[in-house]
Amino acid sequence: MKPILRNILVYGAFIGVVAAYGLLQKSTYYLQLATFVGLNTLLAVGLNMLMGYAGQISLGHAAFYGLGAYVSGMLTVHLGWSPWLTLPCALLAAGAVAFVVGLPTLRLTGYYLAMGTLGFGMIVNILFREFRRFTGGPSGLPGLPELTIGSINLSHGANALFLVWGCVIAAFFICERIVNSRMGRALRAIHYSERAAAAVGVDTASAKLAVFVFAAVLAALAGFLYAHMITFISPGSFNFLASVKLVAMVVIGGMASIWGSLLGASLLTLLPDFLHIFSEYEMIVYGLILMLVMIFFPEGLFRNLVKLYERAKKR
Amino acid sequence: MSAPKKDEAARPLLALSGISKSFGGVRAAADVSFAVERGSITGLIGPNGAGKTTLFNIITGVYSKDCGSILFDGKDLGKSPVHERVSLGIARTFQNVELFSGMSVLENVLVGRHVRTRNGFFGAVAQLPRHRAEERHAHEHALKMLDFVGLAHVAKKPAGDLPFGWQRLVEIARALASDPALLLLDEPAAGLNAIETRQLGGLLGQIRQRGITLLLVEHDMSLTMEVCDCIAVLDQGRKIAFGTPRQIQADKAVIAAYLGQEEF
Repeated sequence: MKPILRNILVYGAFIGVVAAYGLLQKSTYYLQLATFVGLNTLLAVGLNMLMGYAGQISLGHAAFYGLGAYVSGMLTVHLGWSPWLTLPCALLAAGAVAFVVGLPTLRLTGYYLAMGTLGFGMIVNILFREFRRFTGGPSGLPGLPELTIGSINLSHGANALFLVWGCVIAAFFICERIVNSRMGRALRAIHYSERAAAAVGVDTASAKLAVFVFAAVLAALAGFLYAHMITFISPGSFNFLASVKLVAMVVIGGMASIWGSLLGASLLTLLPDFLHIFSEYEMIVYGLILMLVMIFFPEGLFRNLVKLYERAKKR
Repeated sequence: MSAPKKDEAARPLLALSGISKSFGGVRAAADVSFAVERGSITGLIGPNGAGKTTLFNIITGVYSKDCGSILFDGKDLGKSPVHERVSLGIARTFQNVELFSGMSVLENVLVGRHVRTRNGFFGAVAQLPRHRAEERHAHEHALKMLDFVGLAHVAKKPAGDLPFGWQRLVEIARALASDPALLLLDEPAAGLNAIETRQLGGLLGQIRQRGITLLLVEHDMSLTMEVCDCIAVLDQGRKIAFGTPRQIQADKAVIAAYLGQEEF
């Protein structure tokens, strides 16, 4: 099949499923659940560009998610700005922080990069907790305005779902194009061998910094959408565990797999919901899933499902 | 106008002078000076641990030199980073082939084209006509390079799946894709059988015919003696001889350095 035809089919089906779900699903609860899957997919696909494609691990990605939420939250609550005005501020702030943090941090590799990003995530979380005057401290920042266009409220029900999933579809489209471009090839080359990538002329430092900023901006967009949907934000949503959960989504769905991000995010968003009984042992269940995936599906669930399907087709 | 042109032709493409480099107490390069003439194939030989690969890494900018200077095409390379030197026209291959194994052969060569193309994130997403045109030209050029080394038929295969000898050729195609003026080859014949080595010798001649100057580290003496115009011999970080293959074979210091370690 021609790639263009394939793309039209895949994206058509994707949009169709989202539209059908939004129009047919009447339960507010399940609409919100699906919206959360969308937010996590947005976060996972950005992190996958950084981790899966460029091979740079980040254990502090939730910090950018939080920055998007808090920058927009503080500006709307304290200064009364419209969320549409604070959106570019939130994205710019996260991008700028990523740039400044990435400059020294991305010189690190492997465990050291993991430690560096871990530390960054914790510092940002502490700032959310301690700058009480602006952030509301540990108890959170209430009273964020909802997103509206005229009389249409975009923070509830099917509208919120469409807004978030619209962003997801756009992000997928953008990421797929980047992966198959000159910069995408450079990023993947860095993953295989940073030394060889540099030796053939890739400015590895700038390429890594660019994808780090890109992932941060995508996370900030998710944070912005989240903040104005829930209208209340607290540091707990953006802590270390949130970062680890994002890494788990990427690994379970599949490193260097855009559609795998969707699978990983869906699984880790829906599972806790279906496994109420395990709520006390949530982290144990995650750990177990992560272990099983690493042992039996080291390439992630998505790739292995595709392989199973292709094997079945051959028979 | 003719005078400066003549000057340029006479000037060596690469001139090393007084290059030294120590790692802790080990002197990997000690006051090494020699020049690589434009359009030549220059060999760099020496016993194991003589500092050949170190010198390669200094020329390409992977290591910084302790002192000395490198003039490339008359310009001092100073402390410019690796990728900048590639864009100036210095390409290399590795002793242990380093391909991007999960990427296709064509994609590997396309990464080699990186410094001659400009598309960024915006170009990738917007795909305006000029972005598409650049991508198309890059593809054509990469395929041409693969065709040159005789591997256009495996362009779509993952590079890691190819036999070792072919991977080496892909690496050469990847280096050629950046339109280098100088190509550094680190033991290109290592791991190749006799037939492949002979073919490699032919390929090196063809690369030179494209106007590319070659500098190679090589252990296969028959290949080195056959293809090189000039040979520099290193021993324990020092240059002990420089000359034509015939002169080198007769050089007393070279024979002394090699005796008991390797046969000529």
